[in-house]
Amino acid sequence: MITPELQAMRAGMFAKRNRINILATTLALSAMAFGLFWLAWILFETIRQGFAGLTIATLTQMTPGPNEEGGLANAIYGSILMVLLSTFVGTPIGVMAGIYLAEFEPKGWLASVTRFVNDILLSAPSIVIGLFVYSVVVHPMHGFSAIAGVMALALIVIPVVIRTTENMLQLVAPGLREAAYALGAPKWKVMLSITLKAARTGVITGILLAVARISGETAPLLFTALSNQFWTSSLGQPMASLPVTIFKFAMSPYENWQKLAWAGVFLITLAVLALNIAARVLTRVKN
Amino acid sequence: MSSTIAHGETPAAMNKAFALSTPPAPKRARSGPLADRLFGFAAKGAAYFTLGLLLAILTSLTISAWPAIAKYGLGFLTNSAWDPVQENFGGLVMIYGTLATSVIALLIAVPVSFGIALFLTELSPTWLKRPLGTAIELLAAIPSIVYGMWGLLVFGPVLAEYVQTPLQTAFSGVPFLGAFVSGPPVGIGILSAGIILAIMIIPFISAVMRDVFEVTPPMLKESAYGLGATTWEVVYKIVLPFTKTGVIGGIMLGLGRAIGETMAVTFVIGNFNQLDSLSLFQAANSITSALANEFAEAGEGLHQAALMYLGLVLFFITFVILSLSKLLLAQLRKGEGAKS
Repeated sequence: MITPELQAMRAGMFAKRNRINILATTLALSAMAFGLFWLAWILFETIRQGFAGLTIATLTQMTPGPNEEGGLANAIYGSILMVLLSTFVGTPIGVMAGIYLAEFEPKGWLASVTRFVNDILLSAPSIVIGLFVYSVVVHPMHGFSAIAGVMALALIVIPVVIRTTENMLQLVAPGLREAAYALGAPKWKVMLSITLKAARTGVITGILLAVARISGETAPLLFTALSNQFWTSSLGQPMASLPVTIFKFAMSPYENWQKLAWAGVFLITLAVLALNIAARVLTRVKN
Repeated sequence: MSSTIAHGETPAAMNKAFALSTPPAPKRARSGPLADRLFGFAAKGAAYFTLGLLLAILTSLTISAWPAIAKYGLGFLTNSAWDPVQENFGGLVMIYGTLATSVIALLIAVPVSFGIALFLTELSPTWLKRPLGTAIELLAAIPSIVYGMWGLLVFGPVLAEYVQTPLQTAFSGVPFLGAFVSGPPVGIGILSAGIILAIMIIPFISAVMRDVFEVTPPMLKESAYGLGATTWEVVYKIVLPFTKTGVIGGIMLGLGRAIGETMAVTFVIGNFNQLDSLSLFQAANSITSALANEFAEAGEGLHQAALMYLGLVLFFITFVILSLSKLLLAQLRKGEGAKS
């Protein structure tokens, strides 16, 4: 029998559960707002300060000394050159390893161990990659060089490309492969012209994400490519890059350097976000 | 082919029949064309290359760090001296800085990421899920140097004025808490590094949490909702227990990221070797910031070897944490397979 007291008690319990629920959902909502707040603040400051520091000279002149006029041209050039070269070096290795993981022996010991190691390399501190390249390239060659920077960045590209290539190849319908084999196509032809082609937008997305990742990497360049105040195309010499220049300029007390650093931060953020959005649009078109 | 082979024949006869009915295939076809073998070698080689990379990193760091390892042994980890002039090196200050900033980052990032994952999986209207999810993921795309510069020049001063100074006035007389908030309120130090790390790892942790929340069988959730459970009760009593290994794996992933993060920390931690005060406002040093600041200028010899030793310790810690994270996430996936 339901007495009025029992009813009141149940109503009270229900109200309490409801209150907890409202509290929890409000907190979840504020957590979401918390995350968005930082994104908005960082982007706002980057655009505000970066836009103020950006002039034509930023793109056309060399990095200046303290309190002199100048731009970031050599740093931008160095960054683009090293990012492009390391993408060209890292992508084939990453794609081939991804093909091995997805197509050759997906369940064999080599594939399982490589997958595990790759996930660790994907999140490993990039400064350790810098230390590694320092001890195997810079130290034996007796000097910092752009080629060492390219190698360090390429080692960061590889895990990203392996991961996306494998994931995208797994999405290719098995029937497509079987049809190609049934027509007598050799394995390499099936992989290169059928499966890889079917997964090509996904693989390109992975490459774009890798480029976005290395465009902002600073730590692995600090003791490989170092920096250079002048324009250079020689891979055997230290080369300036945008992130390292920003690091040097932002930590300095000189106002013109800080202004240039903000302009550089603006350029990098713009490039990285554009690459990320391009990658997203590509996958969405595909889906 | 089978029509030519009668039942009851010996294998030798079978082979003979086989040989009679078809000309022997050219050897080339059986082992595959050259291009196929080369392609296989290349793919396998690339996989071995990735494996070898990990081993090469470990070996080369150990060799480069050897002078310091031989001199200090494991005592390096508990020695708080760092004196390049006297050549006396110990990693305790940096290890403490790395751990303290990472713990602060986790304390902030875990509840926030949980809230974000809860919001995106249970509360958000469908049309908002995608843009909001993308926005949070973009936090991970912003390069760490941007976080660093913003933290040093924008966030630090704000933190100093509106958080540190009021906290200091509020707690200045309190015996235990007072120690945590002493020191100059300049917006540089362990606290600001921890907060910025938290912002940086929120996207990683919340992405994993969101993924594992979504693998919870809808049937389980719907049963609970059908019994009259509230959203919070479903998440706390059904989803969370079901996905707890995955959630811990996600937290570990975030921790690994926080420990290895370099540039953002280097900008705001202050790069000051000290271990005298517990204060969270005090400038300190982390493994990564010590490497970023000192390595390029360190003289060859013991100083460089000691920095390499620090790098080895860093790699070892992140390796263990990331392996744990991976194993926990793999376990959840296995359990999921067994249950469905």
